[in-house]
Amino acid sequence: MTLSHYLILSAILFAIGIYGALTRRNAIGILLCIEIMLNAVNINLVAFSRYITPTELTGQIFTIFVITVAAAEAAVALAIIISIYRHVKTVNVDKINLMKW
Amino acid sequence: MEGIGQIITFYILSAMAIISAILVVSLRSLVHCVISLALLLLTISGLFITLFAEFIALVQVLIYVGAVIVLFLFLIMLTYRITDKTILQTNEQKGTSFILSALLLFLLITVLTRTNWDTSQEIVVENATTKIGSLLLTTYVLPFELISIVLLACLIGAIVIARKE
Repeated sequence: MTLSHYLILSAILFAIGIYGALTRRNAIGILLCIEIMLNAVNINLVAFSRYITPTELTGQIFTIFVITVAAAEAAVALAIIISIYRHVKTVNVDKINLMKW
Repeated sequence: MEGIGQIITFYILSAMAIISAILVVSLRSLVHCVISLALLLLTISGLFITLFAEFIALVQVLIYVGAVIVLFLFLIMLTYRITDKTILQTNEQKGTSFILSALLLFLLITVLTRTNWDTSQEIVVENATTKIGSLLLTTYVLPFELISIVLLACLIGAIVIARKE
């Protein structure tokens, strides 16, 4: 398939991820949609690497780093959610608004 | 140049990916959403294989499906209450975010299809894993070392944030 097919697929996944991140009420659901967005970006990078410069694997190296950073960020975000849950006893982001009272 | 098998594979994998992503954002139960995300990550791994990126596909399965999904399931287990069954629904911004994401998708697809990509017809690297290994230790050795510091920082940070007081 040509490059445009992969890019359009990546754009569709990214838009679905943005819709989910804006509308989910649960903090874990928002994290799931952020993972969708990061995977859409990975498809984009690998498709560019394969179709534009197939002999230098710059896109694939970039993808390795994106996967690593995404896994690290998911771990830290989940630790934050556990800590919030211990204090407020909920993961509903509509109720975690301690900055104003 | 592309056989009929590759075309069929691409369309089947992309249909599975889009359906899984729609399921992730719209299912009611959180565990079902995580399982749909696992299915999405597996289909993206298949797409990486069609793009001649076998090492990235294996890394995706190993790290994303193997570790991040398990992490999410553990988190659901730790933060689950019976009374939270109804809070998985979407909040009141459904209409606006649907319009916004549709606009973003329209903008992206318009820009993508009108750009004249400079695609090259060179031969694809057959054994990408060897080349990735040598690139990580010669050209990209600095990000490689920095990513280990990032992982160490996140490991310590996650333990410090999540431990009992």
